Amino acid sequence: MKKLLLTNEAIARGAFEAGVRFVSSYPGTPSTEITENIAKYDEIYSEWAPNEKVALETSYGAAVAGARSMACMKHVGLNVAADPLFTAAYTGINGGLVVCVADDPGMHSSQNEQDSRFYARSSHIPMLEPADSQEAKDFTKLAYEISEKYDTPVLLRITTRIAHSQSFVELLDREEVPVKEYVKDVTKYTMMPSSAKLRHVVVEDRENRLKKDCESFDINKEIIKGDELGIICSGAVYQYVEEALPNASIFKIGMVYPMPIESIKAFSKKVKRLIVIEELEPFFENQLKASGIPCEGKNIFSLQGEITVATILEKLKGESINAPIPSPVRPPVMCAGCPHRGVYYILNKLKCVVTADIGCYTLGAQAPLSSVDTVLCMGASVGMSHGFKKVLGEKAENVVAVIGDSTFIHSGITGLINAVYNQSATTLIILDNSTTGMTGHQEHPATGKTIKGTPAPKLDLINLVKACGIEKLDVVDCYDLTNVEKVIKDHLKSEVPSVIIAKRPCELLKKGNKPVCEIDGCKGCLKCLKLGCPALVNDNGKVKIDKTLCVGCKLCMDVCPFGAIKFKEN
Amino acid sequence: MNILIVGVGGQGTLLTSRVLGKYAELKGFDCKLSEVHGMAQRGGSVVTHVRFGEKVFSPIIWEGSADIILSFEKLEALRAVNFLKKDGIILVNDEEIYPMPVITGKVKYPDGIKESLESVSKNLFFINALELAKKAGSSKAVNVVMIGALAKKMNFDFDTMIKAIELSVPSKFVELNKLALKLGYDA
Repeated sequence: MKKLLLTNEAIARGAFEAGVRFVSSYPGTPSTEITENIAKYDEIYSEWAPNEKVALETSYGAAVAGARSMACMKHVGLNVAADPLFTAAYTGINGGLVVCVADDPGMHSSQNEQDSRFYARSSHIPMLEPADSQEAKDFTKLAYEISEKYDTPVLLRITTRIAHSQSFVELLDREEVPVKEYVKDVTKYTMMPSSAKLRHVVVEDRENRLKKDCESFDINKEIIKGDELGIICSGAVYQYVEEALPNASIFKIGMVYPMPIESIKAFSKKVKRLIVIEELEPFFENQLKASGIPCEGKNIFSLQGEITVATILEKLKGESINAPIPSPVRPPVMCAGCPHRGVYYILNKLKCVVTADIGCYTLGAQAPLSSVDTVLCMGASVGMSHGFKKVLGEKAENVVAVIGDSTFIHSGITGLINAVYNQSATTLIILDNSTTGMTGHQEHPATGKTIKGTPAPKLDLINLVKACGIEKLDVVDCYDLTNVEKVIKDHLKSEVPSVIIAKRPCELLKKGNKPVCEIDGCKGCLKCLKLGCPALVNDNGKVKIDKTLCVGCKLCMDVCPFGAIKFKEN
Repeated sequence: MNILIVGVGGQGTLLTSRVLGKYAELKGFDCKLSEVHGMAQRGGSVVTHVRFGEKVFSPIIWEGSADIILSFEKLEALRAVNFLKKDGIILVNDEEIYPMPVITGKVKYPDGIKESLESVSKNLFFINALELAKKAGSSKAVNVVMIGALAKKMNFDFDTMIKAIELSVPSKFVELNKLALKLGYDA
């Protein structure tokens, strides 16, 4: 049966058909839907881990125990999981282990556009890259064969355009793969210098074997159409090349590491001009040049952003790209009723220096809230504020760290322990909206539910924070602006590290009829517009409320100096 | 066939592309869809791509190649119009949703969007999809009204589109959406 599937859904299907038994992941755009779809299969145990490092360590444990396992993450998540990854390459596996990593060229929803292919090279782990949903499913299954045949974890790389596109997939049945017997082998699974030195030899041998064998893998394909121009490409770029250059010969790389160097050398001799078209870094190009294969690449195409059919037509055929008509930008905004809004409004009002974190609340950086100073990576807010405090001393009185509940559990806890241990008067606000918001509402250890929605022990953030050594702690309701302001002011004066838990579930989790606010007799002071609420609209100097968006959070009522806004139950 | 669907996060462009994908499937075409997830969904500009035909490679429509731009909001049509091929069709829901820089008064919502779009293609059509969606029973059915209007402009097979709707929406909303489709088709 053929079905239109999102690539991420196809990877989940591939895992199902390959007899995978265990999946542990942390959500991250554009990888999240892989694990969300895996959770629909009862044959596979799946879970959300608190972060990618735990997810990979757990999946690795399941693989060594003998089951086909998987961990999925976005590119920056692989940084978090890099530690277990590099040494898993040394020990190898027992049951197959596949690590899915989703890169985000063009940064649709990320803080950088790093190229994960380098992880494959530096950890000596093979990496596959599919170009559509069918390949995503096939490559997932192949990845398990390679993993078990060569006794290695395998990386499966996708990019946003592949992850979030749908194409037809032939569905097959699941093949049950029994759990392999686990046999104790200290020289293989216990990595310390004496054993790791021996395993490093194994890693190199394996890579040499793979370098040789990949020359005959049929996922590396030569498509000869003529001798004028030859293109080396993989993934989404392959699809663009087929559209833009229908007469060019193509070498489509399915295994991006190790590369089939000899096959490409033979291909290069069949064409007069050889160009590598790849997004981000010159990963293929540099390896080809190092192997003595003359080619062009980054002298033509940018290191930044995505490549498109239009950029290929422009660079190689001299066609001009239709320029857009200049129009006002429409940046993403916090939703109407978002519990984060009020906290940022107060932080802006108090002119705080805010070290923030990764999640919906990163949007507090946008006008008019404009209350974020720094965003770096998951969990960094706490550490950054500690650094500010230590260097600036009393001058850092208004420095505040802001983090979400899921991100705090991901990697903020250790930062908080550090601030307590090394004694800075850091103020941390945990914006607890009881979900992983930005990636589309995944459960986490403090929501009280598993990935499948079944009950789970609920991590108690208050006791956790206390156990980190925090003595000054307050819990506030995000909608109670007066109290939020009072408590933040109080904590800024604190001489010991302190935590404010600003609590209110994500507005999007609420179902049913919602109340609204109504405005009557607006004086046009526009003070409420400083909230940056999409339901408040400036209509020729007077404010109107968009009732289709308003959820009746009452923040604008609190802010209006003239009492012109009233609350109405619906 | 290249259909570029543009709108504002939350307007239901995802369902639109999935219905059109189902239509292509029922018609036996090769098809690729591309969607936007994550940050952009929070009230930002969203663009989804639907491509179908004998064989489709790129999941993404590129500048100057869209047969039709289906826009759920006026400003978003303006933003995307450089993707339209020569003499392509622009079908716009006649609604203005102000982006945050307009709400805060930093910039003005552009005047003369109609004229700007007309200068690119004379095949420009506005439709009051919100009114028709309300008539069908829910303001949320704007997307299906738009599909109806698209089906008419592109001479798509109406009965197959009905089937695509039936296969794509929860059963309790099928009747409402069929009505919305018809209202859009006849508009």
